[in-house]
Amino acid sequence: MFENLGSRLQSVFRGLNAKGRLSEQDIDTAMREIRRALLEADVNLGVVKEFTARVKERALGADVLSSLTPGQMVVKIVLDELTELLGTTPTKLVLSSRVPNVIMLVGLQGSGKTTAAAKLAFLLRKQGKKPLMVACDVHRPAAADQLEALGRQLQIPVSRGADDAHDDPVAIARAGVREAIDTLCNVVIIDTAGRLHIDDEMMGEAEAIKKAVRPDQILMVVDAMTGQDAVNVAEAFSKRLDFDGLIMSKLDGDARGGAALSIREVTGKPILFASAGEKPDSLEEFYPDRIAKRILGMGDVVSLVEKAGELEFEDDFSESDADRLKAGKFTFDDFLKSIKQMRKLGGLGAVAKMLPGGGALKDAAGAMDESAVARSEAIVLSMTPQERQNPKLLNGSRRARIAAGAGVQVSDVNRLVKQVAEAAKMMKLMSKSGGKSGKMPAGIPKNFPSF
Amino acid sequence: MSTWTQRLTDGLSKSRDLLAGQLNTIVGRGIEFDDAFWDDMEDALLVSDLGLDAATAIVARMKREIPARAHETLAEVKAHLVETIADEFADGVDPFEQPRAAILMVGVNGTGKTTSAGKLAKQAVDVGKTVVLGSADTFRAAATEQLETWAQRADVPLVKRGQGADAASVAYETIEQAHSAGVNLAIIDTAGRLHTSPDLMRELEKIQRVARERGESSVADAAEMPVFTVLVLDATTGQNGLIQAREFHKTLGLDALIVTKLDGTAKGGIALAISKELNLPIVRLGVGETIDDLRAFDAREFAEALVG
Ligand SMILES: Nc1nc2c(ncn2[C@@H]2O[C@H](COP(=O)(O)OP(=O)(O)OP(=O)(O)O)[C@@H](O)[C@H]2O)c(=O)[nH]1
Ligand SMILES: [Mg+2]
Repeated sequence: MFENLGSRLQSVFRGLNAKGRLSEQDIDTAMREIRRALLEADVNLGVVKEFTARVKERALGADVLSSLTPGQMVVKIVLDELTELLGTTPTKLVLSSRVPNVIMLVGLQGSGKTTAAAKLAFLLRKQGKKPLMVACDVHRPAAADQLEALGRQLQIPVSRGADDAHDDPVAIARAGVREAIDTLCNVVIIDTAGRLHIDDEMMGEAEAIKKAVRPDQILMVVDAMTGQDAVNVAEAFSKRLDFDGLIMSKLDGDARGGAALSIREVTGKPILFASAGEKPDSLEEFYPDRIAKRILGMGDVVSLVEKAGELEFEDDFSESDADRLKAGKFTFDDFLKSIKQMRKLGGLGAVAKMLPGGGALKDAAGAMDESAVARSEAIVLSMTPQERQNPKLLNGSRRARIAAGAGVQVSDVNRLVKQVAEAAKMMKLMSKSGGKSGKMPAGIPKNFPSF
Repeated sequence: MSTWTQRLTDGLSKSRDLLAGQLNTIVGRGIEFDDAFWDDMEDALLVSDLGLDAATAIVARMKREIPARAHETLAEVKAHLVETIADEFADGVDPFEQPRAAILMVGVNGTGKTTSAGKLAKQAVDVGKTVVLGSADTFRAAATEQLETWAQRADVPLVKRGQGADAASVAYETIEQAHSAGVNLAIIDTAGRLHTSPDLMRELEKIQRVARERGESSVADAAEMPVFTVLVLDATTGQNGLIQAREFHKTLGLDALIVTKLDGTAKGGIALAISKELNLPIVRLGVGETIDDLRAFDAREFAEALVG
């Protein structure tokens, strides 16, 4: 199943002449698909309606670019509109010259504020700041303990307020800022309790904290999995607290994140960060164009390409390697390098997830799990350097020795040998059919053997 | 009206107004079962997070059934809609009503597993049952401290180990202790995890396997403690909820659902799609952050809240 909007629209328009104008009927058919895609991505219904109306207007009478099919043309219009709405470049967190800068995190229960606080502190420290975190969640049991434990792990100070004011978030916030001044910390990150937007008392508490410490930035943390209600929540938080921007959490899952679009449309506030992972360094800049593609189910190919581009592959595949690979000489040494690259990209699962049709690929990724990779790696490492370069040497007794060395069955060795041979063949074929530039694409060979 | 429907009603008033507004326009022009009418009905279901497939299926069913029945008033149409929706929820065994059971609380991060475990313990104690809580979230910072507070509030014993300990052995020990003490319920909290992480899903599978080994092997003199796995779903979750549930179900074979945070304005419509597709009963609803904010599920009430 490979059902992204792009391919769906392609099939809607199949049989249609590739050139000419889009008819109203064609467009209506396309709009139904777009509506479905957006709703499945959790874009709010009201936003979907406005959006599709806008796209329809633009698509009506639009000339189909000669290089595109009608389906691609509609996708392009949709992407353009989405990008216009979401923006093209990431919005940066701007800190003022005030010392200390105060950043306050707010949001619903369970949206990921505490984790985000730690990640943000980690990021700011990496940028040369000296952060201090303040535990103002006095409601959820052990919330302050959680922040404190995270602070300990990252060696970032955490303030919990004076002993006699443990249950007063306003006092804790004030004390935190004071402590930052005393200890020469220049950024204060205030973690607050999760609260419902309709809980008047709790919203009042957040207002009181805001009034007491006058944050330079109030950031709302929103779960990427949020459904239709996102607009109600964001609107209410925006009205009461007039927050400055958002952090979208749990983007390492496979939720499409349509809430980003809804919130942007309703509040006009920018999304500053994407929180995607359990590790402290998994707070990233938020690329609106990528989320646009994600919402449409078109995968995060761009992110993958960029991530691959960022990595240094010098000690991995070189130009001369590329020539050799194109000649069909894919050796076990190359295979080891591929594994290394794959790991740098964040593992098989991460790679699969970023590709279009991630849903279908995920199962495959599950099968290609790290332990299978490790097993294959162990097999290669049990080979002699000569064997790694020249698979022809691998006769029965050598294979038995390798299997024993790697602690696997001979059949496992056989399978890997066959896969690598097939990969070599594929690579040769591919380099014949396409590949204008002589350079190997940074990243994984497309025909990376499956495990 | 019971207090929880009151709370739900209050909480839902905003979306309710929206829907009422939508439905009132229908009244304004008299009930005419035209395309606009059906579109409005579908819209009402969509904003409740039912999802396009479930919403269109329900509207299609209404379309088939309505002409056969004379509906004069909007109230009648709504009653019929509520009936239709209520009918879609799957029935099933309530693990918490078993004489003896070990229950694993699972779900993605932040859905309310720990809080619900605390509330469930208290509810069982209130009706005279005995409970042991187990903190098999050995991953998240201070997760055990959090459950410890709930154990104190519910006045039940807690089985715990340090952060980083093997979660499966905590589950094992919890059941062991429950077993030897002849306790009714062992409620085991697990760490939140995304269904997209194969490693973490495998860990959960192991916890379940180990729990079953201990709970379901017949030990002399002691009755078995069958292991049930309950998915905790946050009502604010949109369409990804179904994907999550499918993955957890595929890995673990789920037994029931708990839907939390229904005291907000989200209606949790995705729970219907999940209950229906995976044939899982919804057994409790979370309606707040205090220990008593846990309610029984009633299909009709839930359906009523969904359509406003
Ligand atoms: N309003 C409301 N909040 C709830 C409800 N259930 C849980 N919460 C809150 O949601 C937040 C997360 O709850 P937890 O019980 O810690 O969730 P969890 O699933 O154990 O989270 P992890 O273990 O971190 O995955 C806390 O702030 C809870 O107080 C509910 O029914 N209504
Ligand atoms: Mg928990």
